[in-house]
Amino acid sequence: MKRHLISAADLNRADALLILDTAEELASLADRPIKKLPTLRGRTVVNLFFEDSTRTRISFEAAAKRLSADVINFSAKGSSVAKGESLKDTALTLEAMGSDAVVIRHSASGAAHRLAGWVQGSVVNAGDGTHEHPTQALLDAFTIRRRLKGSNTRGAGLDGIRVTIVGDVLHSRVARSNVLLLSTLGAEVTLAAPPTLLPLAVDHWPCAVSYDLDSELPKSDVVMMLRVQQERMTAAYFPSVREYSRRYGLDAARMGRLPDHAIVMHPGPMNRGVEIAADVADSVRSTIVEQVANGVTTRMAVLYLLLGGTEFPAVAQ
Amino acid sequence: MSPHLPDPSRPADPAGLTNPAGLTNLAGLMNPAGLTNPAGLTNPVGLTNPVGLTNPAALTNPAAPWLIKGVMVAGAGGLRDELTDILLTDGVIAAIGSGLSDAGAHVLDAQGLIALPGLVDLHTHLREPGREDAETVETGTRAAALGGYTAVHAMANTDPVADTAGVVEQVWRLGRAAGHCDVQPVGAVTVGLAGSRLAELGTMADSAARVRVFSDDGKCVADPLLMRRALEYVKAFDGVIAQHAQDPRLTEGAQLNEGEMSGRLGLAGWPAVAEEAIIARDCLLAAHVGSVLHVCHVSTAGSAEIIRWAKSKGWPVTAEVTPHHLLLTDELAVGYDPVFKVNPPLRTAADVAELRRALADGTIDCVATDHAPHPVEAKETEWSEAAFGMTGLETALRVVQLAMVDTGLLDWAGVADRMSVRPARIGRLAGHGALPAVGGPANLTLYDPAAAAEPAGPGASKSRNTPFAGMDLPGRVVATFLRGTPTVLEGKLT
Repeated sequence: MKRHLISAADLNRADALLILDTAEELASLADRPIKKLPTLRGRTVVNLFFEDSTRTRISFEAAAKRLSADVINFSAKGSSVAKGESLKDTALTLEAMGSDAVVIRHSASGAAHRLAGWVQGSVVNAGDGTHEHPTQALLDAFTIRRRLKGSNTRGAGLDGIRVTIVGDVLHSRVARSNVLLLSTLGAEVTLAAPPTLLPLAVDHWPCAVSYDLDSELPKSDVVMMLRVQQERMTAAYFPSVREYSRRYGLDAARMGRLPDHAIVMHPGPMNRGVEIAADVADSVRSTIVEQVANGVTTRMAVLYLLLGGTEFPAVAQ
Repeated sequence: MSPHLPDPSRPADPAGLTNPAGLTNLAGLMNPAGLTNPAGLTNPVGLTNPVGLTNPAALTNPAAPWLIKGVMVAGAGGLRDELTDILLTDGVIAAIGSGLSDAGAHVLDAQGLIALPGLVDLHTHLREPGREDAETVETGTRAAALGGYTAVHAMANTDPVADTAGVVEQVWRLGRAAGHCDVQPVGAVTVGLAGSRLAELGTMADSAARVRVFSDDGKCVADPLLMRRALEYVKAFDGVIAQHAQDPRLTEGAQLNEGEMSGRLGLAGWPAVAEEAIIARDCLLAAHVGSVLHVCHVSTAGSAEIIRWAKSKGWPVTAEVTPHHLLLTDELAVGYDPVFKVNPPLRTAADVAELRRALADGTIDCVATDHAPHPVEAKETEWSEAAFGMTGLETALRVVQLAMVDTGLLDWAGVADRMSVRPARIGRLAGHGALPAVGGPANLTLYDPAAAAEPAGPGASKSRNTPFAGMDLPGRVVATFLRGTPTVLEGKLT
């Protein structure tokens, strides 16, 4: 594996499977009374969050702490960043304090890429603008594999699994990372969205595209709903939230068009009643809570592999 | 034949400048073995021969004439076959011919060099007044001289904006004081570049700075009515409106050419149509009111097509392209290094190919640098935070050689036309843009096209935001003469 995890494109099939398989090993920890491993003792992981994102931050924090790493949380609000410090100076400051890995969330596309050029340690992209969010894609792939292929699936890809990603693809880092990673793992990905919310050159992406959600549902093993930002409406991406919901929202009637085994995913946070109806979000098909739990496990695997922890093989027994 | 009207019977030579003899000589010039002049090209002693430069008689007289020996002149008949001597006296070319001598003159052995008319840039950001941390008139004109320029047009987006006679006269005086090249201020079209009411265009035209080119560059004159009025108004003093074509609504928050790269990198797309729609509108406006339009930094294949169409109608439209849009593509944004962030954005390889073709056939009249210096901190940031712009004065001629000459699209007479003759004509700049001729102004650039390709290094500009750093560029500007006085010798400022 490379030293950083910035894009899902950084991972070939073998890398991605190594992470998913490692996460399976680590998942067994969750059932133990003591969940902590000593593998990253003495290592420092910095959570550098320029955007508010409580769920992603605590997921990375829990992952690092379960591997016994020291965790420093740096949030931009009230910090030197609010006083005008540049990303580079923040990076150099963290570097001087001896961080081994930096987990960065930033509103600018490419921020993780830039950071990797300024620090010695590993950089993990926890979401950069409208670019990518590779650990979200990994936890999604992990969730799909567990749900549709069972728990004893080491070495298995997602070959032949049909995934439909629905909504604001244009502005979604989750969609970008998932298209790349899921197709690397052999899944057949289809994007379903109004044309205004698809990138102009989406035909270059390794996926199919549809404007009609209803026709895709019967063919889907997985439906992944993306969050719709209310402010998109004012920029004329669609006429109204009500119309969006009517054409692209997943309600109970639409869920009924899915095959029996199909699952419903959402990266959160949800707009209940907009892209997903409450009874769909709370249904047995929904993996939304599972995705959160799997997020910790998957991020543990990423940190473990990037920081080259030892002692892990003992757990496998 | 009008240089504005491409002649379909001679598509590769609209200005009628190419001599078949010159073309055959081109092969020799581009041959590193120096087929036409092996001694000159392979013997650097000739270029550094101290004898000529230390002529005792000339040393005691700094205003002494200069005798340039054995140069190839890019002139009206193409690149002349034979080596020629040029004598510069009292700011003019006193003689051109073989075997010239002048006992009191400095002598410059120019074997292997090409003599071009001093280059003219229609589009330079000198940043003074206001952003002297990025560039000053002094440092920017030093960079210009090193790049072979004898005149630059200083854009109006300074702080304060060059929208009054006071500011344009200040810039003009700073240029005269610096003395490295002529500085011709460009006036703003609208007050404060705000796009709401016309600046005092006539007052700037009547000032000591004699402004003829007006531009809100950096911003588009988006209001169609205001654009119409500006085009009409400047007819009274032979002015030209240079439009920065960018529809503001179509480019809100835009970061990178809209296409495969912007989609992949998650950077807000900058559609080609945002440029092309404004150019189409302005061509129609210029035709309607019978005024002259100049289009700044054309960056898309579609823009070139619209301009070609407008010229075919006989409309008075001219256009420029930057060196970076002739060479670089949006693929370079892959590492999110903002040194490649520029307005208009780098486009695709197909656009680059079409822009080269349009410059070669004369649809695009000239190369203009859009030299846009920025301090380090404006570029050492996230992409979306970074400033737009690239430096370009010191690399322009080398990039043009790489993109246009070495590819066989343009000969050296064509380079003289696109980088000196036409920009001077578009800018209404007297005393510049004249092909070397007896009695003409002694503004000359001596260029060595056979100099080994080497990476562009740090130069005289105060800023370092060059996209060509580390890129092997051919050629070398050896000397620049401004009215008979060298501003650059041996590739260094005098």
